[in-house]
Amino acid sequence: MELTEKHVEGLRELLYKMADDLLIIGHRNSEWTGLGPVLEEDIAFSSMAQDKIGQSLAMYELLHQLGENEPDIVAFTRNDKQFHNCHLVELPNGEYDFSLARHFYFDHADAIRFAMLENSSFEPLAMVAKKFKGEIKYHTMHADVWMKELANGTEESKARMQSAIDSTFPMALGIFEEGDYEKELIESGIFQGEAALKEMWYQKISETLQRCGLQAPELESVQNAALGGRKGFHTEHLQPLLSEMTEVFAIDPTADW
Amino acid sequence: MNDPIATIYDLLETVMDPEIPTLSIVDLGIVTGVALNDAGEPHVKLTPTFSGCPALKMLETMVAEKLLESGYHNPRVSTSFEVAWNSNMISEKGREALLKHGLAPPPKHDGYIELDVLSDIACPLCGSRNTTMQTPFGPTLCRSMHYCKNCSNAFEAFKPVT
Repeated sequence: MELTEKHVEGLRELLYKMADDLLIIGHRNSEWTGLGPVLEEDIAFSSMAQDKIGQSLAMYELLHQLGENEPDIVAFTRNDKQFHNCHLVELPNGEYDFSLARHFYFDHADAIRFAMLENSSFEPLAMVAKKFKGEIKYHTMHADVWMKELANGTEESKARMQSAIDSTFPMALGIFEEGDYEKELIESGIFQGEAALKEMWYQKISETLQRCGLQAPELESVQNAALGGRKGFHTEHLQPLLSEMTEVFAIDPTADW
Repeated sequence: MNDPIATIYDLLETVMDPEIPTLSIVDLGIVTGVALNDAGEPHVKLTPTFSGCPALKMLETMVAEKLLESGYHNPRVSTSFEVAWNSNMISEKGREALLKHGLAPPPKHDGYIELDVLSDIACPLCGSRNTTMQTPFGPTLCRSMHYCKNCSNAFEAFKPVT
């Protein structure tokens, strides 16, 4: 199928939101470096940060091949209004229960998204998706282990996990905010769309939580899904994150280390 | 007369992984293509083990330098996802090289990895399978950390990746 201008626009929008999600969650994950509750967790979040940022680079490279700026320029010179990540990834790490709930929701969505994209009609994206699959497997495995451990730990750990799962859910739904080109992406076979992803994701997380003895919130009960991120409307937490992330680049764009 | 492509592969067998000095990049399985153009200039294609691997740029430079040293002109080294690396691509020689460096080689997989696969690893020091995985995230992206209940040593394993 010949790609029209609208298809390419849709592709660009899709790549931007994925790249930005990965860069921002990567940065948040890296904030656990040195602060994790135990050494292994410190290393786990640091390793996942490295994966996410490497994956975001691959996405920005694809965008570069479509005519966008160099990855470093795109990553380090935009302000919050120009970012397309969902609110879920930009929120501060908070307590470990929130970080784990976010990790669980986001990585299951990402694992399914990239599994879907393995069959994308846009070949370069399909190749990258295939590569990411093996890496993300370790991320979902990590999230699932902790869900299970804490759900079966003490009364307090179980209650706190359930509460984090509940309160993070509306934010997680922001992952699936639809863009302006859903129809074009679906008809061109580039991506099966956010609605399909959301359905598969909900089934996956519900089953996993149930196996752990926790309960997934009802999809229909949510009135306050955190939307807007895909269109550049963010919480007050994104710009300070960007300012910190780009501090060195802002002082010396040619710095090398 | 030697096959000119095989000659380059021989040369690449002397380029070692910067963090595992016993393991060549050919045995690691990341060399996915070698070509020579009409002018005799080589093009080597690499694929990353992990997309966030910080050694990528360094590997490209090491390969280019090796080719230059050996008299090739204008070598081109590129990294792409065209062929996705997975841990089954490590050669038998590569698996021995990992052991020699004290790292347990990754278990062969059939495209699907679960926690139990990661727990069934032979200790590189005593060979016992009576081991447990401490964490799938080790000192580098490609390593996990384990403990051998037989010889009471901690060890690292090269992670299986699909």
